[in-house]
Amino acid sequence: MTTKTLLASAALALGLATGATAQDTTTVGFVYVGPIGDGGWTYEHNKGRLAVEEHFGDAVETVFVESVPEGPDAERVMTQMALQGADLIFTTSFGYMDQTINVAAQFPDVKFEHATGYKRADNVSTYSARFYEGRAVQGHIAGQMTESNIIGYIASYPIPEVIRGINAAYLHAKEVNPDVEFRIIWAYTWFDPAKEAEAANVLIEQGADVILQHTDSTAPQAAAQAAGNVVTFGQASDMAEFAPFPRVSSIIDDWAPYYIARTQAVIDGTWESTDTWDGIGPGMVGIGEITDAVPADIKASAEALIERLRTGEYHAFTGPINRQDGSVWLADGEIADDGTLAGMNFYVEGITAEIPQ
Amino acid sequence: MDLSSINPILLLASLMVAATPIMLAAIGELVVERAGVLNLGVEGMMITGAVCGFVVAVGTNSPWLGFAGAAIGGALISMIFGFLTQFLLSNQVATGLALTLFGLGLSALMGQGYIGIKAPAFPDWHIPILGDIPVIGPIVFQHDPMVYVGIALVAAVWAFLRYSRAGLILRAVGENHEAAHALGYHVVRVRMLAIMFGGACAGLGGAYLSLVRVPQWTEGMTAGAGWIALAIVVFASWRPGRLLLGAYLFGGVTVLQLNLQAAGAAIAVEYLSMAPYLATIAVLVIMRAGRAPGSLGQSFHASR
Amino acid sequence: MIMLEKRPQPSRAWTFATPIVAVLLTMVFGGLLFAALGQDPLVTIRTIFFDPLFSEFAWFYRPQLLIKGAPLVLIAIGLSFGFRAGIWNIGAEGQYIVGAICGAAVGLAFYPMESFIILPLMVVAGALGGLLWAMIPGLLRVKFGTNEILVSLMLVYVAEQLLASMALGALRNPEGMGFPGSRNLAQYPSASSWITQSAGMHWGVVTALIAVIFAYIALSRHIFGFNVRLSGQSPRAARFAGVNPGKLILICMGISGTLAGLAGLFEVAGPAGQVSIDFNVGYGFTAIIVAFLGRLHPVGILLAGGLMALTYIGGEIAQSNLGLPIAAIQILQGMLLFFLLAVDVLTNYRITSARKAH
Repeated sequence: MTTKTLLASAALALGLATGATAQDTTTVGFVYVGPIGDGGWTYEHNKGRLAVEEHFGDAVETVFVESVPEGPDAERVMTQMALQGADLIFTTSFGYMDQTINVAAQFPDVKFEHATGYKRADNVSTYSARFYEGRAVQGHIAGQMTESNIIGYIASYPIPEVIRGINAAYLHAKEVNPDVEFRIIWAYTWFDPAKEAEAANVLIEQGADVILQHTDSTAPQAAAQAAGNVVTFGQASDMAEFAPFPRVSSIIDDWAPYYIARTQAVIDGTWESTDTWDGIGPGMVGIGEITDAVPADIKASAEALIERLRTGEYHAFTGPINRQDGSVWLADGEIADDGTLAGMNFYVEGITAEIPQ
Repeated sequence: MDLSSINPILLLASLMVAATPIMLAAIGELVVERAGVLNLGVEGMMITGAVCGFVVAVGTNSPWLGFAGAAIGGALISMIFGFLTQFLLSNQVATGLALTLFGLGLSALMGQGYIGIKAPAFPDWHIPILGDIPVIGPIVFQHDPMVYVGIALVAAVWAFLRYSRAGLILRAVGENHEAAHALGYHVVRVRMLAIMFGGACAGLGGAYLSLVRVPQWTEGMTAGAGWIALAIVVFASWRPGRLLLGAYLFGGVTVLQLNLQAAGAAIAVEYLSMAPYLATIAVLVIMRAGRAPGSLGQSFHASR
Repeated sequence: MIMLEKRPQPSRAWTFATPIVAVLLTMVFGGLLFAALGQDPLVTIRTIFFDPLFSEFAWFYRPQLLIKGAPLVLIAIGLSFGFRAGIWNIGAEGQYIVGAICGAAVGLAFYPMESFIILPLMVVAGALGGLLWAMIPGLLRVKFGTNEILVSLMLVYVAEQLLASMALGALRNPEGMGFPGSRNLAQYPSASSWITQSAGMHWGVVTALIAVIFAYIALSRHIFGFNVRLSGQSPRAARFAGVNPGKLILICMGISGTLAGLAGLFEVAGPAGQVSIDFNVGYGFTAIIVAFLGRLHPVGILLAGGLMALTYIGGEIAQSNLGLPIAAIQILQGMLLFFLLAVDVLTNYRITSARKAH
């Protein structure tokens, strides 16, 4: 309690003291969990930041700190940004959740945006992307591209986000190819090029001719390229340097539209605490160009699927869907609710592997 | 679970590739430690080599020049460690850790502007005749040249330590630097050369990741491989032959673990990932004869 | 030709002067680096070294120095005993992790019960966890002569895997929507290690200060400190003096493991709050550097821990205010360590020219 009042009053005093000058520019802070050169998660968030700078010009100033460990360091960096006059702070890792809530409580006038979390407050919004929509598209293409009917999947950690992606990809691969089989490797890392390369090689050796990855490095792409006849998809960034083959498409984290919109809301004074979970429609999930290595009919049907997801006409989890144990999850035509999706901890029927525990 | 889908030939083949970067870094560190110096900065030298190799390879469009650049970069940064520990007699453990910190920072700065670029291709060698032998061919004789450079280096180090006079001097310096000095050998000079060799090898190992394995530059891409190299040197009880075994074991456990997962075996990944480290400790305990070099980690100052 | 001549006694003057020389050298070369990166060197140096202490917001940063410095000092104090005696525990990172896991597990087992006894029990569990993890290399060294540097290092990786397993499995927050990571202990009053959060005070800070005082007394006034120093300087002499080397190894490993375990427990129950996959951020390794920067002296370690914490916090300010990449901060820290290690030679050696020596 003492902390909160002390910091809040200090912030207030600062606001009064520097209020006149701070009116002119809006300051937006970004807290990154990795280095901006990681070529994946943080790289894409930083691209969003650059887009904000470009869009607003001199009206907005952005600041960022990279490679901030989750824990007290993150809390300190956020506090420091708030103290130094940031109006809006994006905290871009799930592990920053409690710290964001703590700091936000001390600075009621500063707006916070926490990526991929589930705790909100009056001045804390959460935002995340429906990457599973992109996974559905990948599954759709992968199911038709595979000749061995074995699709390899490099997963990171067994958390809902990743499990949801596996389910979405599997359902849509199976829809177009009932014989398809998923081989899943848990790498227990978001980024370890050597390990990802090994995982990709192992999957290829076990007969997979399509590799889906939920880890951030390009190592699996290189492994597929070396193997020659294996299809891959870019993850987090476009990975266009491996197009047109093996990379035939990609899921791109495109945070720019959201970051620009939220910054605009702060400038306009219309910012409110929200829970945003956007997909292909609003442009948060980008689908990288489907290359000509994909036969025209498959490409056309994939683009039709993208269009139906974009307009909201179709939801990637539409019943009938059973759980892995055969019990009914969604009845015919039923659409998954966001709560179940957010906490998804089960495979759908047909996947033979087990989620590691 | 479908274990039949694991192809042992391919498993062994990919194991050879997986082991190469850590083997390269480890053989360099082995020579350093045999000279009585403990350089914990392998990770920092590897990542420096990774970025130097990548920058040179992209600039010249030649992977071979890239590897040369990586070796030079690794050797140069190792000279900071060498200068501090050998001439200014600083503590080796602390200096090595500082080197890792410095290398991570330096590489990130050097690599700015090289993100998202692809390295020039470095094709596999399909060695004629040998590569066509059934079973053995695909396992052993169809890799990129650096795999063989790694093995050749291990063999060369083995021969050097065992048969050459210079190798004898190096071992003498590592076992008892006072005695070696008394015999008239230049302890500091020998150690500086060993440290530079270690840096060059670590640089090659790092470049293998950025030019062959990934092949791309991203910050922090060595992801702890340098520390594994340190473990392998210990596992090998400072012997080149066992180092080969150790590198394949460490690489092998990872590859096997991934294979079992892909085949659908429900295994506790974390516990299997611990296995190589526990195995190293077991080896340390069992092979008591594999004693560390006598002067390992101690500073040497010629008192006159 | 320039030669080094060993001083009969370490120079007292240089003992105090070398850290200052090193910091000044770092500022000069760091300034050159920043200038090369297109920054104003003076502003950058001021931001990193002075702003955390004397700027407008120093009232916020000064307590942060305690939070960042406490685990470093606590672990480094423990390590300094062994390092003096020639016993190399470089696996403090692993002991830190295991201490945090054990302590947090006890706290989480009691959730949501409130009792004054919970935090003390967690402290005991954390200390025991670190102690047991350090006893593995200790006992292997005593029983089998196994190199403790390498065993303790290997056990860091084992501990990291254990941490991932705990964060995803046994200690995962059942109300965490399936995400990895335990409940937040800082929000569980009976388990929180915070005393006054705004002042940066938690029990880890208190313990670190107590450890500094005890280490000072033990090393300068107690027979144990004498034995430690004697063993480091001359193992043979120590044996004649009746020092049991095995016992000394176990005691030194035990002290460092216990303090590292405590540091982990206080961190997880306060500043970090939860057991998560990336809970450890390298304090165990940085503490080794801190121990050497502090010349293995308790007061020196206290100051060195503060200095390291300063560069971390100042580095963050420089990143957000000046747009400096974190890589530049890492290089600066590396330089600081290099210079400190380099100029230390002046404490124990005198520079002479070869001509004079004849």
